Parts: sequence; C-alpha cells; structure tokens
Amino acid sequence: MLTSFIQPEFKVEIDRDKCIKCGRCVQQCGWGVYSFAERPIPDDSKCRACHRCVTYCPAHCITIKRNELVFRDSENWSPALRKAVWRQSESGGVMLTSMGNDKPYQRIFDYLVLDACQVTNPSIDPLREPMELKTFIGRKPDSVEVESDGEGGYRLAPGAGMENNIELATPIMFGGMSYGSVSLNVHKSLAMAASRLGITMNTGEGGLHADLYPYTDNVIVQCASGRFGVDADYLNRGVAIEIKVGQGAKPGIGGHLPGEKINKEVSTTRMIPQGTDAISPAPHHDIYSIEDLRQLIYSLKEASGYKPVGVKIACVHNVAAIASGVVRAGADYVYLDGFKGGTGAAPQIIRDHVGIPIEIAIAVVDQRLRDEGIRNQASIIAAGSIRSSADMAKAIALGADAVAIGSAALIALGCHVCQSCHTGCCSWGITTQKPELTRRLDPEWGAERLTNLVHAWSHELQEILGALGVNAVESLRGSRERLRAIGLDASTCEILGVKPAGM
Amino acid sequence: MTTPMRPAYSQESPFKIHGGCGLVGICDESGTRFSGSVAIEAMAVQHDRGNGLGGGFAGYGIYPEFPDHFAFHMMYHDLQAKEEAEKLFDEYFQVDLAEPMPTRPVKGITDAPLLWRYFLQPYPAKLELSELTPEDYVVHVVMLINSTIDGAFVASSGKNMGAFKGVGYPEQIGHYFLLEEYEGHTWVGHNRFPTNTPGWWGGAHPFTLLDWSIVHNGEISSYGINSRYLEQFGYKCTLGTDTEVAAYLFDLLLRRHKLPLALACKALASPLWEEIDRMGPEEAALMTSLRAVYGPALLNGPFAIVLGFNGGMVALNDRIKLRPLVAARKGSVLCVASEESAIRQIISAPDAVWAPKAGEPVIARIKGMDWPIHGDLHLAPSEISCAVTGVEASCEIVEVA
Repeated sequence: MLTSFIQPEFKVEIDRDKCIKCGRCVQQCGWGVYSFAERPIPDDSKCRACHRCVTYCPAHCITIKRNELVFRDSENWSPALRKAVWRQSESGGVMLTSMGNDKPYQRIFDYLVLDACQVTNPSIDPLREPMELKTFIGRKPDSVEVESDGEGGYRLAPGAGMENNIELATPIMFGGMSYGSVSLNVHKSLAMAASRLGITMNTGEGGLHADLYPYTDNVIVQCASGRFGVDADYLNRGVAIEIKVGQGAKPGIGGHLPGEKINKEVSTTRMIPQGTDAISPAPHHDIYSIEDLRQLIYSLKEASGYKPVGVKIACVHNVAAIASGVVRAGADYVYLDGFKGGTGAAPQIIRDHVGIPIEIAIAVVDQRLRDEGIRNQASIIAAGSIRSSADMAKAIALGADAVAIGSAALIALGCHVCQSCHTGCCSWGITTQKPELTRRLDPEWGAERLTNLVHAWSHELQEILGALGVNAVESLRGSRERLRAIGLDASTCEILGVKPAGM
Repeated sequence: MTTPMRPAYSQESPFKIHGGCGLVGICDESGTRFSGSVAIEAMAVQHDRGNGLGGGFAGYGIYPEFPDHFAFHMMYHDLQAKEEAEKLFDEYFQVDLAEPMPTRPVKGITDAPLLWRYFLQPYPAKLELSELTPEDYVVHVVMLINSTIDGAFVASSGKNMGAFKGVGYPEQIGHYFLLEEYEGHTWVGHNRFPTNTPGWWGGAHPFTLLDWSIVHNGEISSYGINSRYLEQFGYKCTLGTDTEVAAYLFDLLLRRHKLPLALACKALASPLWEEIDRMGPEEAALMTSLRAVYGPALLNGPFAIVLGFNGGMVALNDRIKLRPLVAARKGSVLCVASEESAIRQIISAPDAVWAPKAGEPVIARIKGMDWPIHGDLHLAPSEISCAVTGVEASCEIVEVA
C-alpha cells in the first residue's frame, strides 16, 4: 500500500550548470533534504522552504518553487483541507504547527489609516525637534498629590506618585519566548539588545539561564502554568514578573516541549530532569477563578519586594471583561496576545480557529477600563502580530501603552516563517537545541540586528508622531481620533471607536 | 410651514474645529476694575487674526451687586428652548433675577439668538440632597442643559463673571454687548478664524465652565486622547472643540485633583524628558510622576491659551511654542496677547515686554482675592519666564496680603 497521498509542497531545483558540488547545501539544511552522491540530490518532501540552503549556496544555483500540482477545483475542499484529511487519516493525531495563524482573516490594521497635519496645525520635524517615546508600564495613581517643600516649590506627598513601573525607552518589548523553544543564543541576542535599547525581553516560561544574569535590568521573568525555572531568586532577578495565563496562538491550550529538546542546559534552567517532556498544563492549577489570580499576583509581589506583576492573556471573545477582572485583581499590566500571535508549537486547529484579533481586543479592553475608571491602574501591552511600525502606531492609537514583538524579532534573526519550529530542526538555529544548529546564531550579531530593527521602528514611529503634530507618544496613545477606517463594516468601526475615512 | 432646525449644543461635535485665532488677557493685580472697552481695543488691533465667524470676551468682577450668585449667560434659539431651560432653573435654583442681556444694534451682527442672563442660587435643601458641592451641582445643570435641551446653550455659569460672545468680529461683539459699560479686574478676549464650523453663537469663544474661562489659539493635536481621558471623570466633551477640552482639564486638575496651578500647567505642557533628566532627584520624581500620570492630559500641538478665573489669569504656551504669545507688565497690570501690537495699543510704555518660554505659565493674581486654587502660589523670579533678561524684577508677583 501507499504510505501517503501527500505530495511534496515544494520543489528544490538545482541549476546543474552552476553547481560547484561543494556540498554546502547538504551541510546547511536542518531538515536533511540533501544527500550527496557526486552532486547534491534533494528530497523535495523534506523541504520547508526556509531558504537556508538558498542563502548559503556560493553558486546561487538553488531555487525553491511551489509544487504546482493541479487539483480539480473546489472552493469548498481546498487542497490544504484534502491534505489535512489525508494526513490525519494516516496518523490519527493532532496536527501540529508553529508561528502564527496563516489563514486569510481580515487584518484590521491594514484597513486603518493614520492622520497627518496640514496648515491648521503644523506637523513637527522629528529630525529637528524632540520626539519623545519614553513609556512607563505599570500602575499609575489616579492623581498626583503634592505638598509644599517649604522653599516655594512642591514635592510629592509621602506615598504619592508613581509606583514601581517598568521604564521603556521606546514602546516596544520583546514578547515571551522560552529557552527551550528557542535557543540560548536567541535569548542572549534578545537580552543584549533589550539592554542596549532600554527596553525589556521576556523569558517566556522556560526559566532564566545564568548567562543572562548580567542583563536582568532588562528582563521580565515569566511564571507560567508549568512553573519551569521559578524560584525566589528567579522572581527577584527581573524588573517585573509576568503571569502567563494564555497565548494568542493557542488560547486555552498548554504547552509541550518534547524531551529530546531538554538537554543539560535546558534541564538546569527549567529545573526539570534531562530528557523529560516539559508539559505546561492548560490552566494554572492554582488559578481556577479570578480571586485565585489575585492571590498569585500578590504572592509574587510579596516574594519579589513588590515588583510590577503583569498578566498575559490570549484575546478571546470576552476579553474586555477578563482584562477588567485582571486589572481589579491587581495586575500592573495586561498583555493582550491576539489570535495571530506566534508559537513554537500548537495544534493547527487551535492556532487557526480560536481567538480574536488584537486590534479588536485593544479597543474593547481600553474602552472597558476607561468606562470603569481603572485605565490608569494598568498598562496595556499589545501583541499578536505586530508586523511593522505602522501596526505599532495603530495599536497605540487604539489604546495600547506598548507593543510586544516575538515573530518580528525572530524574523530579524533569520527566521523565514517556515512554520516548523515544533520540529526542532530549525536550519537558522533559532528554534532548535541541536548544537550544530544553534551555533549558527552569533548572539552579538543577533543583538545588533534586533537593535537595528527596534531603532528603525522607533524612528518610523517618531516620523508618524511628527506628521501627527505631536511630540510625545502619550499624545497618540488611545487617540483614536487620529485613525480612520477604510473598508471596515460599521459595527467593526463602532467597536474600534474609529470613524470611517471622510468623517 | 417648516420650522428651521434648532441648533443643538452638540452641533459642532461631528467636526473637529480647525482654525487660528487671536487672543488677549488683561489683569490688574491690584483688583482695580476697568472698562471692557480696553479689551475691545486690544482685540480690534488683532482684527485680521479672525474671519468674522466668532468673537467674544469674558470679564471678571463685573457683577459686584451679585457677587455670590451663579450668573448664567444663556443663548436660546427659540422661546421653547427658553421655556425648557427656565423650567430646569426653577427646579434647581432660586432665581433672583432674570433679564434679557442688554445689547445694542451693531452693523454686521445678525441672527443673534435670544440672549438672557440669570442670577441663581442653588436651593439649599436640593443641594444637600444632591450630596454635591455647589460647584458640582452647577456643573451638573450645565451639562444637563447643554446635552438635553436643543436650542439652549450656557454661555457662562460662574460667579461675578460672564462671557459675551457671538458670530462676528470681537470688536463688533463687544459693542453689541455694551462691554464699555461693564467694569472688571480681569478680561479675556478672543478672535476666531474657524475653517469648517457652522457659524453659530454658542461655538464662539471664550468657553467657560463655572469661573473658568478659556480663550485659545491653536489646535490641540492630542484632542482624541484628552477627551477620552476626561470622559473617565464624567466630563462630556460634546462641543468637540479644543477649548472645551482645555477648560475641563483645568477644572479636573485644579478643582478636583487639587494640583497647584504651576504644576497643573506642567502637566498640560510638560517638560521634556531630557529636561527632567537634568533635574534634582526630588523634582525629577515629581515631574516623572506628573508626566506618567497625566500623559493623557498633555495638551500636544500648537496652542497659546489664557485661562481666566476669579482671582487672576494664567497664560500658557505649548511645550515647544508653536503659537505666538507675548506678555507685558506695567505696574500692577499684566497683559498677554497674540501680538505685541495689541499690548502696545492698550498699555503705553510698558515696564517690560517679553515672550514667555514654551510650557512656562505667565500668572496674574489679584491682590487680596481668595485664590480659588489649592495651595498657595509662590513663584520665584526664576520661575517667571522672561526671555528678556533684566526684567525679572518688574515681573515679580505682587505680594498678597
């Protein structure tokens, strides 16, 4: 019998005239596409179109093409659905995938446009004028109380003023990605870049490797349902603690890092035996209700000398009410992860069909917190496919205090979005623990690329602010008046609090 | 027969009002009252800063015979609106005087609404039942009228003060309202150059709430977040103008959050982070908190603003000074205007003329008057913004007994 009906997705074509038979493609491919018998011989079925071989081929003789097999047309039974049925009838299993939702849902950011100044108010030139991006993440008091300093001036009244906040030089953070799902060199790159940029990286749920201790002023430590790597020292090392309740790519789903990825270093960092599977339960087993969350928030605050504690939730239908509860439970920030957010491994059916867009979530959460008069009690971090500085500006205008980027950061490090992180064979050395692959990513080089990316986005945000005629990012934050919608339906506009273009 | 559409208070709200303006603020810190004709003269010089679609004034100390009454200046589109509003007044207030505003015909002023003024005091029992301060009680009624009675508009509602405004050039409006017959210790004036507003009287400036009156030249590019911030505190920004937002922000910061005036100005036109970084630790902590907490209140974009109140006035420029504002002092008189020519028109040989620095308030304070604002204000000479060196002495704030 045939073992599979599924034909290769890609065709690897080698220009034999140009090929110098050096064998570098064989060496570079993490998937084992190539064998070598006097010349490289590709096995198309293993190719993930990650372009590692293409990028490193000295003769530029490799091309990856789509395998243009024609199927009889059916709008209902797309080739992808037919393949899924075949695959599952072969294996009987849950299909795994990674990165973010790749289905053609409406990307609301692409239907929002920004304002600019003309005549009646001047735009501001960010190359000549100050253009301030500094952002504080955390709880703010309702008002500032002052007292006379006895010398004609004022000072903060005792106990008044801003509480412990996270200071960001620009409203961008690196989202949580665990050591284990990504390599240590990725973590080092993120930590070094965050430190240089004056922003934060986030450990994800895999603990904090000792090599990152020099950068802990710019690290947020995560406490997830598996509690990997969590002890008192860990909680006290970062600038803030994040309780991960959910993830945009897989709301309601836990995590599973297979034992083969748990090498000695990962095992030490996660505080679990080498080679065992690291399973994060779907819920926290000490959070079955909102009051349990409050207890955990305050336990973590007590354990850490009252560092800011944020809560990361996946954007689901009732996100506004959930976020309101999270803020009332004492969270210093709510991290909203939209349904296009990335993952190192998730059931495809969950990734592609559960959750709501980040744009909607920011809008309804920001509005709900304002309606309840508690918007100042917590910051909103928006994540779940922030793809450019334009997305960032629009997210901030909708009401986010800052954005977090994960996929964009990995793409900066070489990720080609081949959606195969869960295989652990990443040819770019990003989502793998194989030493021959992880050594491909030099943390110094990685940090530089990440620094460049964040600088570039920050400069672009400054250009946008200048065009809007404001010189501080807080004047864009929540200013939906500066957004207009093109081609969004009326109810979406209403939910977003954005007028259609022309109004 | 078709009835013409009754203008609603919210008429302007679908529009974001764009435009430039001219303004003036004059305050005699000795408390000496002077005629409103002075303000008219200063505005007449700045004629070209408006386009005839809005002019107005506010005077303080103009009703010495009713110092403790809330003076409501009302605009009505028709008698029905008047009846509805008066019913509301009867419900909430003891009406001690109701009369038409004195006016005279002026060429160029047409389509005036019905203009009435009322001197009101809250019914004590009703006030107590409401569990509100008298001020919040009045704000409640103002918001009620403006949001529920179409065709009725509260032009001003403070004590011993009033706003006089309409569609026309300010000098025309001033003559229309016989301002030369009023005497006040503080006057603010405004000339409007709106570019997309329907010409209606309620839309002219100054905008007022309680004792606060605001005249404003500029466009606040942060309007969207400023208004959403205010909504959290129960303010309804139904007018859609920057001036309304500025007035509510001052009310929030000064009256409700009890910030000292100097710090409220720092919240609305905050120092740059690089300036804060150079401050001492105590001041930096204060300013950092102020910026982080009141970031949504930051008025961003070009503006020059004059806030009048019983007890003085404050003039403020945006944080990078994108709109003109000139100040001058002669003796106890402090004057600010969009153009120096306006100052020179009404003050001959001023002791000092200077351009206030970006984000630094110019403050006038009436001697002996209750300061309506929490805390006492002691400005060191260095805090008074003087671009011209050597005039610090003449800018000194008059000591208050």
